[in-house]
Amino acid sequence: MTMTNDATGTAKKKLGLKERYALMTRGLDWETTYQPMEDVFPYATYEGIKVHDWDKWEDPFRLTMDAYWKYQAEKEQKLYAIMDAFAQNNGHLGLTDARYINALKLFLTGVTPLEYMAHRGFAHVGRQLPGVGARVACQMQSLDELRHAQTQIHSMSNYNKLYDGFHSWRHMHDRVWYLSVPKSFFDDAITAGPFEYMIAIGFSFEYVLTNLLFVPFISGAAYNGDMGAMAFGFSAQSDESRHMTLGLEAIKFMLEQDPDNLPIVQHWIDKWFWRGYRVLTLVAMMLDYMLPKKVMSWKEAWEVYAEQNGGALFADLARYGIRPPLGWQQACDDKDHLSHQAWATFYQYQAAAPFHTWVPSEEDMAWQADKYPDTFDKYYRPRFEQWAQMEAEGNRFNNGTLPLLCQVCQIPMLFTEPGDPTRICYRESEYKGETYHTCSDGCKNIFDHEQEKYIQAWLPVHQIYQGNCFGPDADPTSPDFNPLLEVIKWYGYNVGVDNRPYEGSEDQTNFRAWKQQTTSNAPAAG
Amino acid sequence: MSTVFIAFQTNETSRGIVEAIEEDNPTAVVQEQPAMVKVDVPDSMTIRRSTIEEKLGRRFDLQEMHVHLITLSGHIDESDDEFNLSWKQ
Amino acid sequence: MAVKAVKEYVFAPMDTQEKLHGAQLTYIGWIDHLMFCAPFAFPFPPDMPFGAILEAVLPGSFGQHPDFAQIDWSQAEWTKGGRPFHPDPAKSLAENGMRHKDSLTFRIPGLTGIKGTSS
Repeated sequence: MTMTNDATGTAKKKLGLKERYALMTRGLDWETTYQPMEDVFPYATYEGIKVHDWDKWEDPFRLTMDAYWKYQAEKEQKLYAIMDAFAQNNGHLGLTDARYINALKLFLTGVTPLEYMAHRGFAHVGRQLPGVGARVACQMQSLDELRHAQTQIHSMSNYNKLYDGFHSWRHMHDRVWYLSVPKSFFDDAITAGPFEYMIAIGFSFEYVLTNLLFVPFISGAAYNGDMGAMAFGFSAQSDESRHMTLGLEAIKFMLEQDPDNLPIVQHWIDKWFWRGYRVLTLVAMMLDYMLPKKVMSWKEAWEVYAEQNGGALFADLARYGIRPPLGWQQACDDKDHLSHQAWATFYQYQAAAPFHTWVPSEEDMAWQADKYPDTFDKYYRPRFEQWAQMEAEGNRFNNGTLPLLCQVCQIPMLFTEPGDPTRICYRESEYKGETYHTCSDGCKNIFDHEQEKYIQAWLPVHQIYQGNCFGPDADPTSPDFNPLLEVIKWYGYNVGVDNRPYEGSEDQTNFRAWKQQTTSNAPAAG
Repeated sequence: MSTVFIAFQTNETSRGIVEAIEEDNPTAVVQEQPAMVKVDVPDSMTIRRSTIEEKLGRRFDLQEMHVHLITLSGHIDESDDEFNLSWKQ
Repeated sequence: MAVKAVKEYVFAPMDTQEKLHGAQLTYIGWIDHLMFCAPFAFPFPPDMPFGAILEAVLPGSFGQHPDFAQIDWSQAEWTKGGRPFHPDPAKSLAENGMRHKDSLTFRIPGLTGIKGTSS
């Protein structure tokens, strides 16, 4: 019989963090004998990244699988306690205003499916990278991303019981015009090789950009009374700290392994910074227009999390020969315009969006003018005032014609020329006899570098015109065939309910009535 | 000069962590935002287990920070006793 | 440049003209009128006269703008692919040299949007 340490009372010296990490991440793999290694890891070399020693990979958090499960379980318990309490106490009635809920609709349709794709992506990359340290980190991230998707769905399912537009988020993600923006972003990343994926998602998106989504917006959710979103958001972002660290480790590792890796990595940073930045257009408008009580403007968030933090990051990476991504300066210049241009787009395409929009109130416009002193009154206020007047006259501005979309980011070509906010930015490329339109130098560079990939883009507007976006019961030969109505039905909207202005919506009416009931025993009016 | 930062959810544990960071990093700037607290320090930041244990009045494993963490920036170097954030430039 | 791939990587473009049932795509933007957030995309028959765009199409797309009623089409300054373009309204799109996925803009001198802000 063996005496255990416990039985003898002489505790073995506890292993230090660095030793535990080494034991749990090294020597776990082996050289295959009955299949060549290049067949086992078929995607390891074709991107041109040279790796000489995978043992140089180090996770700075030194998180091991056992500790991972322990802390993730604690996070889940905290998160679900808050979500349950929020649901049990009708927490939605503590919201500042039901307008806020529209930001959640955008989040659920646009972000949550990306979490799931990130789960798949890291599972795939974790399988394909030949280094075991990287594989362990990817495995953790893959599990994290699945957790994020699930907790977001759980949290927002509480709203689905009471508010419009939450019912078909997964169906919508594969069909709806503006959701092709986040969808195509992730499809682009997951169809790249494993090293590019690490730079695309692990570095460019996680390190440079996710703070902008999860920190100010989620702090804003808390500020507007949404404990559910606050809980899932901060819980997700606590994992992001680890993901950012993985992304930074990935880039340092590639750059330290071989000098030939530098130009490849730099190009990926240029490409994926711009791809990710374009997706964040939606976040800019969530911060500035969709939070009833505002925490910070998009511009302020950009200055803290991109200019200051990203600036420090790229100053640090300069020792490897890395420069800030192409398009960085333009993104910084555009901070005065982005949210206004985006919200104006959704306002006018209200009939095609499954969430409610509105003209900002006079008070909100004063806030915008204060946060954007150089641009709001000069360029954007006249638009909103015109629309407010048209609404008052019973003639709300509804844009009924489909827009030209960028071939790469798939956003309507709404962005203006650098330095001239009165001119749309047009860029064109020719490839194999066809013309392709892009919204910016950033997207044009991406197209011109890999034309064969982007000519396959599933552009919602072109697909509608090709007749691919109608349900089986639609009859294009019928005399009263309304193509845009049929498209909206195919998207899965509850037509006339989900896609109408906030003013007069069910959400607005119900929220008002339910709020009244919180301080009265009288049945709700109307 | 570059700044490193770390942000936590506002709660009783993070209150002790932030107090410890302020004590060990005299140039720290603490910003309270809705439901969160963000700490900026020029160049580098040191978080010491011993100081946190003093503030919380109990034993503390630095990896417990994962439960309260929202975000951070800088290169990480972590041991059982210290968690460091820095830029190398 | 070529896409890096593990095998031959060649695909058919998604939006060639034959997929549009005979129509060709035309994009049209109105300079100085950013109340319309982006240029419009239209599927037009190549044998349609250019004048039909002005008479039958654009009023439905741009008509809600207060400037629209003041347009004198004879004053319009057109571009195609960023270069000056002088379409003949009586001729067809094809006869005017318009190809699938051409991008047009027009500007009407004197019309500069809401309160002159290019909105």
